[in-house]
Amino acid sequence: MELNGTRNGKTLNIALKGELDHHSAEYTRNWIDAVLKDKSIKELVIDMKGVTFMDSSGLGVILGRYRTLKERGGRLSIKNANKSIDRIFRMSGIYTLVDCTGM
Amino acid sequence: MAQNEMHISFSGLSQNEGFARMVAGSFAMQLNPTIEELSDIRTAVSEAVTNAIIHGYENKPGTVYMDCYLNDNEFTAVIRDEGSGIEDISLARQPFYTSKPELERSGMGFTVMEAFMDTLEVASEPGKGTVVTLKKKIGQDQSQ
Repeated sequence: MELNGTRNGKTLNIALKGELDHHSAEYTRNWIDAVLKDKSIKELVIDMKGVTFMDSSGLGVILGRYRTLKERGGRLSIKNANKSIDRIFRMSGIYTLVDCTGM
Repeated sequence: MAQNEMHISFSGLSQNEGFARMVAGSFAMQLNPTIEELSDIRTAVSEAVTNAIIHGYENKPGTVYMDCYLNDNEFTAVIRDEGSGIEDISLARQPFYTSKPELERSGMGFTVMEAFMDTLEVASEPGKGTVVTLKKKIGQDQSQ
């Protein structure tokens, strides 16, 4: 998993590239959490364009980061999820919690 | 008797999750699946193998067995571990239920397998292990 973060004021954009499964979950989680230690980040945008595979382990990572942002009164958005990934997101009801763009 | 079959076993290590779903997907290619059908198979297999590693062996050493079959237009994957087993299968299959919330699991593994495949069977015995059987007919979904 490759992660690329771009900061713009209170917003952090993270572009993911690779396969988000149980194997890559820990690295992805630790990477994002290290950046989120900066409490001035209030909005996290996760760009899924480069994610070629995701299963429910990936969903767990995203739901966990949603909780972190929610605790500090911030928000999380997801963009550019492919059809299969979108289906898992829909199934989980995550779209009632996070914003989603660029489908 | 299956028309074609494939059997592999591998260490229950997370780095083999990608390998297992790739192998299952490659084998299923003989049925000319659509991209969506192939993605469904890879995702469901990934969920089952991940469960074997996390819940079956709880990240301790163990072997995961995967048997795949092609019968006419139907793909079957049987994923088996000899790990801790599941006490209450119907509870484990509930959406959002996870026995390991501390690991930030979504609890959606079985729900995803059910949604992406035609049938899902789970057999388990505490202390003995778990067998997950996934079946999917290829070329059935006209909407894709």
